[in-house]
Amino acid sequence: MKDFAELFRHVDQTTKTNAKVAALAEYFATATEDDKLWTIALFTGRRPKRTVTSSKLREWAADAAGIPLWLFEDSYSVVGDLAETISLVLPEAKGVEDHSLTYWISRTKSFPKLEEDDRKTAVLSAWTQLPNYQRFLFNKLLTGGFRVGVSAKLVTRALSQTTGQDAAVLTHKLMGQWTPDTTTWQALIEDDDPQSDLSKPYPFYLAHALDNLDQLSDPTGWNAERKWDGIRGQLIVRQGEHYIWSRGEDLMTDRFPELAQLKDFVPDGTVIDGEILAFRDGAPLSFNALQKRIGRKTVPKKLLAEAPVVLMAYDLLEDQGRDIREVTFAERRNRLEKIIKSAPDHLPLHLSSSVPFDSWDHLAKERDRSRDLNAEGLMLKRLDSPYLSGRKRGDWWKWKIDPLTIDAVMIYAQAGHGRRANLFTDYTFAVWNGNELTPFTKAYSGLTDAEFREITSWVRKNTLQRFGPVRQVPPHHVFEIAFEGIQASPRHKSGVALRFPRMLRWRKDKPVAEANTLADLKEMLEPYG
Amino acid sequence: MSDVLTFTDRGIYCAAGDFYIDPWKSVDRALITHGHADHARPGMKAYLATPTAKPVMQYRLGSDARIETQLYGIEQKIGSASVSFHPAGHVPGSAQIKVVVDGEAWVVSGDYKTVDDGLSEPFEPVKCHAFISECTFGLPVFNWTPQDVLADQINTWWQANHSEGRFSLLGAYALGKAQRLLSTVDASIGPILTHGAIENTNEVLRAQGIALPDTIRVTPELNIKDYPRALVLATPGALAQSWAQKFNPSSSAFASGWMALRGVRRRRSADQGFIVSDHADWRGLNEAIAATEAEKIFVTHGYTSQFRRWLEDQGYDAHIVATDYTGDEDSGE
Ligand SMILES: [Zn+2]
Ligand SMILES: [Zn+2]
Repeated sequence: MKDFAELFRHVDQTTKTNAKVAALAEYFATATEDDKLWTIALFTGRRPKRTVTSSKLREWAADAAGIPLWLFEDSYSVVGDLAETISLVLPEAKGVEDHSLTYWISRTKSFPKLEEDDRKTAVLSAWTQLPNYQRFLFNKLLTGGFRVGVSAKLVTRALSQTTGQDAAVLTHKLMGQWTPDTTTWQALIEDDDPQSDLSKPYPFYLAHALDNLDQLSDPTGWNAERKWDGIRGQLIVRQGEHYIWSRGEDLMTDRFPELAQLKDFVPDGTVIDGEILAFRDGAPLSFNALQKRIGRKTVPKKLLAEAPVVLMAYDLLEDQGRDIREVTFAERRNRLEKIIKSAPDHLPLHLSSSVPFDSWDHLAKERDRSRDLNAEGLMLKRLDSPYLSGRKRGDWWKWKIDPLTIDAVMIYAQAGHGRRANLFTDYTFAVWNGNELTPFTKAYSGLTDAEFREITSWVRKNTLQRFGPVRQVPPHHVFEIAFEGIQASPRHKSGVALRFPRMLRWRKDKPVAEANTLADLKEMLEPYG
Repeated sequence: MSDVLTFTDRGIYCAAGDFYIDPWKSVDRALITHGHADHARPGMKAYLATPTAKPVMQYRLGSDARIETQLYGIEQKIGSASVSFHPAGHVPGSAQIKVVVDGEAWVVSGDYKTVDDGLSEPFEPVKCHAFISECTFGLPVFNWTPQDVLADQINTWWQANHSEGRFSLLGAYALGKAQRLLSTVDASIGPILTHGAIENTNEVLRAQGIALPDTIRVTPELNIKDYPRALVLATPGALAQSWAQKFNPSSSAFASGWMALRGVRRRRSADQGFIVSDHADWRGLNEAIAATEAEKIFVTHGYTSQFRRWLEDQGYDAHIVATDYTGDEDSGE
């Protein structure tokens, strides 16, 4: 695993894209086919299943390190990564002969069959054999939490360099539900026909944010539609079966049972790009409604009735079994409309209608209505554009509404973990409620490293009280907090919960007394909650 | 019997001798463990430190500062307290300060490390009744790379860059770490360039007789194209700024205890991270504390709540004291 560890260290550490691609390409040129296949799988999020519970791993690691469990847990919360914490607290490895990545993966796959005592022995013996960094990677395999700072895009670029195949074709090949157990390097990379896997989705086309309308010139030639606030998904209907993929390449078919009936009405050989939305009484519900269904593998009846979903269709990628991504958006849209019109009305399949407009000013007014419609803004697509893969500039733009904002006072600070272990980065914010400050949200992103450092040294000097890792600080700094939505929440002291709160700006210019009030916050509940 | 030392809002105070140790507010008499800015602050009427620590302190505090010196291992009476300085192994001239009143011995560690860095006077454990210990890295995840392996890692990195015609940009703070790295690297690989803040400290140390390899100060006039394979030592701040951009092509690295954490390595976005610190690692802290044979331990700076609890688990009478020491691993000092 030495070569894989070297590769990982390289791509994990450097921020230079070209250096990452070069390291990957070099690895793909020399590694065995099995190791290459596993590397692609790991780097594209196809992690082996967790084979040992994390509570066992913590126990065994604390034991092997000679520290109490609470100290292991505290260390873990600083490091922020279980696999890394284990590898750091254990004593130096003995260092024996090198085994391949595939060898270690098959070792971990054998663990579920072992009795607990034997499993422990096997894990401990791996820990004493593997040097620190390989031990960390081995733990990553064990915990099933493999995430790297390398995107599928870079993997395909490197593969393209070593195999000479087109990157877009490779991107398509790498999609879907394959694992190293169901395919081989030869089948997947060398002679794969993407259509042979019935469930295989197309790479999603993602839009850049529009910051300036001047980028677009003439409004003719553009289609505008709502940017719905749900889960982007791809519906595949092939040979009487249907599959639903998220943009993050999760297969979500079973999570939305009400969409199963679509396969009876949508013709075979159809792939639709759309948004899954909670939808009732002819209108989309807010994202809050859909949130209850995210992460649930099976859906209770009550929830199905409360928050039924529909697929709001944006685009057609496959028609009558043919990949039509090269066809113009206008034409794809026509065909999509036809498919939807010929299906019965009661189906949870809607066409995301176009928003007509004759000038950009006119469209800006439409954009202002977004919140009322539970939309996040508008999408602009060039009528003659093909369906590209990945985030590309020029043909598609998202034009989101501005976030809601409020000026709040920082009252608690906590050190971050992982990348930010030595900085105070997680803050609790409050608004005025009479003469008191009522906490209403936490936020931990949006500032620069320099600002985080500045606040960190201030927090160290101005701690009033400690509650475990949390420091209470005097109300002194005001921050503008941005968020995407707000809802009533009886569980919170403030009575509200925010969606995607983050720090927009540090308002050094603003005295604490001028921060917003709880009444201001609650006022937002009316139109936006 | 009253405590030998107390913890006040000006700093650690000895009533028997009416002096402070590493105070952060202005006082009449300050005993200083070492010259880092969070320990040797301006504005004290009189300072007392080791002779090796003095030149850098004088340079940083200004020629007006009144600095007296006391050699390691010598006892001096101040009031009814008896005071001695003992090597802390942190930076050249750094000391633990031992204060004895009525036969009761307390030791203030200042910043310390237990491994011999080849430059600073090696750490000497001092037996005492109460030990006031820093614990910047007081968690079991912090374990430093041994000095010989470290030397090997840095030289291998520089050598590889050297043979590919790249600069090797290495970030380290100006007093201590930079000179430790200078004395660690194999200077025969190529020329060594230094950032002004580091070279200023180098000059002070060389003038007091501490041997360092030859270095070349980076100035606007220096034609860096003449040194395409050089090792460039810079403060972490300078490395992150435009100052560093003229060294191209280059590979960058940081040398710090925080580099033990993958997350911090990634945040610093250097090509390499060397795990090296002038503070004690987990094992160092535990060994140092055990060697004092003290029963009462005060911990300050760093992971104090975890480390205190751990010490209590080990049977010590352990407490946290709040100080204004900011640590020198991250703030550039
Ligand atoms: Zn120091
Ligand atoms: Zn310090």
